[in-house]
Amino acid sequence: MMEFAFFIGCTIPARLSQYESSSRAVLKKLGVGLVDIREFNCCGYPLRNIDFTVFMLSSARNLALAEKKHLNVMTLCKCCYGSLKKADYLMKENDSLKKEVNATLEKEGLKYQGKVEVKHLLSVLHKEIGIESIKGKMTTTFKGLRIATHYGCHALRPSQIVGFDNPVAPSLFDQLVEVTGAESIEWSMKLECCGAPLWGIHDKLSMDLTLKKLTNGKKSGADYVCAACPYCHIQFDQVQKMILSQRDVIHPLPSILYTQLLGLSMGVDKKALGLEMNKIPISGIGELLKKETELAEEKELAAQKESQKRTAATKR
Amino acid sequence: MFLKVSLYISLFIFLLALIYKVASWFQYRIGIGAEKISTSTRIFSAMKGILSTIFSAEILALLRVFFLDVLLQFRILKEDFLRWVMHIFIYGGFMLLLLMHALDKTITVALWKDYIPTLNPFMFLRDLFGTMVIAGVIIAIFRRFILKVPRLFSNAMDIYAILIVAVIMLSGFFLEATKMVAYSDYKRMVDEYSGLSDPQELKSLEAYWVKEFGTISPNLKEPFDEKILAKGKELHESSCAGCHARPQWAFTGYGTAKIISPFGLGIDRVHLPRYLWYLHVLACMIGLAYLPFSKMFHIFASSISLLANGVIGKEKLVPANRTTLRAMELDACTHCGTCSLRCSVTMAFEEMLNLNILPSEKIASVKALASGKALSQRELKHIQEGVTLCTNCYRCTVVCPAGINLQDLWFHVRETLLQKGYPELLVLSPLSFYRGLMKEETGKDYEKPLIQAREAIAAQCDLLKRKDEVLPLTPKNRKLQSGLNLSAQAKTFSVCFGCQTCTTVCPVVANYKNPQETLGLLPHQIMHAAGLGLRDLAFGSNMLWDCLTCYQCQEQCPQGVHVTDVLYELKNLAVKQVREKILPSMEGK
Repeated sequence: MMEFAFFIGCTIPARLSQYESSSRAVLKKLGVGLVDIREFNCCGYPLRNIDFTVFMLSSARNLALAEKKHLNVMTLCKCCYGSLKKADYLMKENDSLKKEVNATLEKEGLKYQGKVEVKHLLSVLHKEIGIESIKGKMTTTFKGLRIATHYGCHALRPSQIVGFDNPVAPSLFDQLVEVTGAESIEWSMKLECCGAPLWGIHDKLSMDLTLKKLTNGKKSGADYVCAACPYCHIQFDQVQKMILSQRDVIHPLPSILYTQLLGLSMGVDKKALGLEMNKIPISGIGELLKKETELAEEKELAAQKESQKRTAATKR
Repeated sequence: MFLKVSLYISLFIFLLALIYKVASWFQYRIGIGAEKISTSTRIFSAMKGILSTIFSAEILALLRVFFLDVLLQFRILKEDFLRWVMHIFIYGGFMLLLLMHALDKTITVALWKDYIPTLNPFMFLRDLFGTMVIAGVIIAIFRRFILKVPRLFSNAMDIYAILIVAVIMLSGFFLEATKMVAYSDYKRMVDEYSGLSDPQELKSLEAYWVKEFGTISPNLKEPFDEKILAKGKELHESSCAGCHARPQWAFTGYGTAKIISPFGLGIDRVHLPRYLWYLHVLACMIGLAYLPFSKMFHIFASSISLLANGVIGKEKLVPANRTTLRAMELDACTHCGTCSLRCSVTMAFEEMLNLNILPSEKIASVKALASGKALSQRELKHIQEGVTLCTNCYRCTVVCPAGINLQDLWFHVRETLLQKGYPELLVLSPLSFYRGLMKEETGKDYEKPLIQAREAIAAQCDLLKRKDEVLPLTPKNRKLQSGLNLSAQAKTFSVCFGCQTCTTVCPVVANYKNPQETLGLLPHQIMHAAGLGLRDLAFGSNMLWDCLTCYQCQEQCPQGVHVTDVLYELKNLAVKQVREKILPSMEGK
């Protein structure tokens, strides 16, 4: 069985528990084993602005803990992903830095040698499990649902370090969304920042950027924006709600977490998905799932096509 | 007499101190809006809250928490088995001794009419409970000083707590042991209870006690004649055994008595048992009188904290009760260090060496702050840094064995300090994300810390103000260049040829019609400033602090300049330099 050290970070357990519960439920269905390491600490991301060494120590300690257990790391957060990737890269590239960091980790009997692979949930789903396997686990699919995929900066860039997908024309997330039967729309601001890194630092600017992006998604015809990162999602959900009340915006573009979207089409227990926990309601999305009768019809249709093909082939 | 007088004195001190302590719960003003709530309002709200909880269905939840978390300490068990054993031993053993031994005349006698302390099961149980406490204390010492649990610091209070319990227990055991060997104690018992007067009989009984029970007699020595022993045994069974079990049942005391038996006569001669009794009583009384000021006060405060936080959610509490709860929780902390073991940002402590980063240490500072103790500006700055350097992951709150809502405490102390007015550069990091989400609860001066932090940086950047100054084209400050070497890639700024791609793709720049007016230097200009060593221009530009770190600039740069990484490092340098400038200037004040 595939197994990962499950890195949930600080924000998810404290403020977005539905992301954790839905991810656990979905990954369980897909047969991915998750190991919780209680000693994990902050990935270092919020500390990068302040002190490079603190960032490196925090990040590398997590890697060292996973390495000790001979596990690769899977994150749910794009910022955790970017930070751990960066630290991992630097520990491999920069020998003197590696020595310095390990000297401090040594105090706890830890050491990072560079044997851990850091992965984001989405890359695990796409590369390790594969679109076809996920397809096999679907119990139903969406019909007429238009999703704006949001990739997240720290997953895509700097591409040389993160290696998540093509940084200019990524398709990984779109494929994962389309597995559920939803349509992944084209929108020009798809790869832009969500605005979260400035939330709490420069709120006006942060809101400007978020609103611009969401408006673009809405205008491009999306019903929902879909994220796979707690910062992005909270920005699109809780912060968007604040924007709505402050800036006279009437029509929000609600945000759904990817694991909620996938969970719905995989028939995961509603309780684990926590749809009602989103601040901007998304429970209406369930109505776009195909009914059983439709599914049966579809299957029949597919079977008919199949037999037609076969007869055609035998005739030839 | 001594017992009664010392008991009343210490009980009196204890009660006064208890009143003083509980009064402080209603007086300490911690948090936003706390200033506005009067003490009387807080007392009234607390009573109302307590009564309405007790007379509601919540009483069931309250009982559940009382049994599982207060009595059985499940929250400690969840964290660390060894610590749970330690705590249950010390607290369980001590409580049982208190009830069965110290309060025997009130409690034990009431429950068992024929209670005699020298009879089983009481004699055995007393030693069993005492041994439990001693074992707990040994585990405590082992954890602190030999196992060296990470980030478990021992302060004077921790050592006092271990010491007072150890003195009470050891004096008790030695008292018991010395009484076992002391001849005068034996004599007293024989005189008072046996009713024997025949010298031959007395001799037989004494021989039996010397042989069997370790009494050290100045008159008799082993070996004894079988017949005498048989007679002694008979007499023991008829005169003593009815109210004195075999001393072996008090196993710890008996074992100790065996070890000290060579000095038995001397011990009796100098009246050691009497002195040990005084020591034992005195230690108990000191423990009682000092309890409200010591860490042992957690017996009350932690229980209240567990019950309050276990039953009522933070949201349900009225502001007055929230304020009171925060003050009370300061006393509930046992300095056990669980929070610091699980804290998300402990690695920052390793590097920045500010103890206030660790929650278990931070709480002591917050206590000093709340009590109105005069703190130096430097201390205040350190506390502020400690409470701000927090990812708000709630882990400390989740694991606290005393159920303290630490997260809420940090949030409120942070806001109070930040809005009071020391510039804190940490607010210019994504740590502030939570602050932004909690905007509505931060009070009116939400923006102030942000403005102040930027002003503190700008104040260090003179050149920004002199816009007309003509600058040379050669690098001005080579130190700045060589300072940008943290990640070994940031130096790439030197190959920038000024194509402005970074600035063109920057979403922040794109957000403004006249970006330079708001942002100061734009990304490509900051790369130039770094190349020319123009520290002030690079640090002081709003662009630096308004960077999203979205890495668009770095990704698109045709020259491979690590633009975002350079910006990161410039921020680090600015923080370091401003901190170095601000802290010493605060010393002087």
